[in-house]
Amino acid sequence: MTMMAAPIRLDYVFTPGVAQSTNLHGLERGVFIGQRCPKCQKVYTPSRGSCPVDGVPTEEIVELPNTGTVTTYCVVNVPFAGQAIEIPYICAQILLDGANISFMALIQEIPLAEIRMGLRVEAVWVEPEDLGPTMASVRYFRPNGEPDAAFETYKEYL
Amino acid sequence: MTVFPPLTSGRRPVGVVSFAQHDNVRREGRRNDVEMLMPVVAEVFGNIGITKDDVGFICSGSTDYLVGGPFSFVAALDAVGVWPPRAESHVEMDAAWALYEAWVLLQEGQIDAALVYGFGRSSPGNLSEILALQLDPYYMAPLWPDPTSLAALQGQALIDAGLATEADFAAVASRARRAALANPHAQVAYDRSAEDLLREQYEVAPLRRHALPPLSDGCAAIVLAAGDRAYELCERPAFITGIDHRLEAHAIGARDLTRSPSTELAGQKAGVAKGSVDVAELHAPFAPQELILARALGLGADVDISPSGGALAANPLMSAGLIRIGEASRAIWSGRADRAVAHATSGPCLQQNLVCVLEGA
Repeated sequence: MTMMAAPIRLDYVFTPGVAQSTNLHGLERGVFIGQRCPKCQKVYTPSRGSCPVDGVPTEEIVELPNTGTVTTYCVVNVPFAGQAIEIPYICAQILLDGANISFMALIQEIPLAEIRMGLRVEAVWVEPEDLGPTMASVRYFRPNGEPDAAFETYKEYL
Repeated sequence: MTVFPPLTSGRRPVGVVSFAQHDNVRREGRRNDVEMLMPVVAEVFGNIGITKDDVGFICSGSTDYLVGGPFSFVAALDAVGVWPPRAESHVEMDAAWALYEAWVLLQEGQIDAALVYGFGRSSPGNLSEILALQLDPYYMAPLWPDPTSLAALQGQALIDAGLATEADFAAVASRARRAALANPHAQVAYDRSAEDLLREQYEVAPLRRHALPPLSDGCAAIVLAAGDRAYELCERPAFITGIDHRLEAHAIGARDLTRSPSTELAGQKAGVAKGSVDVAELHAPFAPQELILARALGLGADVDISPSGGALAANPLMSAGLIRIGEASRAIWSGRADRAVAHATSGPCLQQNLVCVLEGA
């Protein structure tokens, strides 16, 4: 015998935790939720329940707006297994207004050549009846027409 | 003048100065690991009035297999807060081994205090399947033997060798669960006689329900401090005078399951027999294993074994071994013991064992 197959599959019940549950329920309502650290005042979205800098609970819940800034981005040109979106497309880090951490999201409704750092964007949500406790509730972000944000406003988040 | 007990292992006295543990529950479905760990870390520091800035090293024990998510041990650092950057390490083992790593680093003399924590929930997945994956991948794991069946083989081997009876297993469980009534963190505690327990049905013969550990979600943390720093933080530190860990063959068929040669050797190296033992906290998830461990360590009838109830009272994976060291340390702090032994195990049928001797000066 030169080879053996040993199929392994494990199933888990995922516990998002109190903080992430708050965030997921926000997405269900079409709202981004952040949590503020009582020590450093930074707002995390989503929060994992703790400030990773100070190690204390981030208990203050903050509703964040629909708008943010592209801090950095990537134009995806390479096909890969399991690709859900037709290439090429733009993947960007978005810093929501009032948040102190960025997250990755899809950017649409802009020519590839015009994507840039500092671009002001807004979230486009799925139809209200399709909202759920998942980031899939956000279809993508698109330019919101505001002038670009100054580099100074997001340089800490690169 | 500061007094330290003579050391069998190492050259620098290192003591357990603080210990905290989460309540052990069957299923913590609300909070995630980080949210469970945060209050425990806050308590272990708060007990002795220090912060994360006062420890020079952080070491944790956990396994991603339990939650089914990658790098859960990195995420867990959020419970401590690691900015500015900290010296930190992790073992994919019970946190008793993380404590060992911290003890080694403290021996080198660069730092004076360290935080050790372990966390793991049994509830997110099917533990019988998850634990089968620690077995050898060619001959054992494809059979998916569950931990209870493997422990039953060990129990049956004891019976066949004439070393124990089912009544002995019941006596262990009866004593442990009665002791657990005084442990506020215990998950399973009751006052039932061995005769009563023997009326239970077999789970896997020769093991009845009472001989099995509970499935626990929990976590625990300890602070170690060296030399004079230990006395600054604790009136009567539980000094680690001996510590050692040993491993047996991976193949269960290659082992004599009726004894634990790795525990015997670790016990010798840690100097267990160099003095009388007041308290021994043994990490024996299945009742027959306590009998094997007590014999391997040469513990007589006068030794108070697992007054916390041991792993039969609560068995939070990846921290149940560390908790044995914490419970033994509490016995030293309170003056209930002058010399205590703590033991941690890992792997099927006591494959790997750590023995730690703790003494008050």
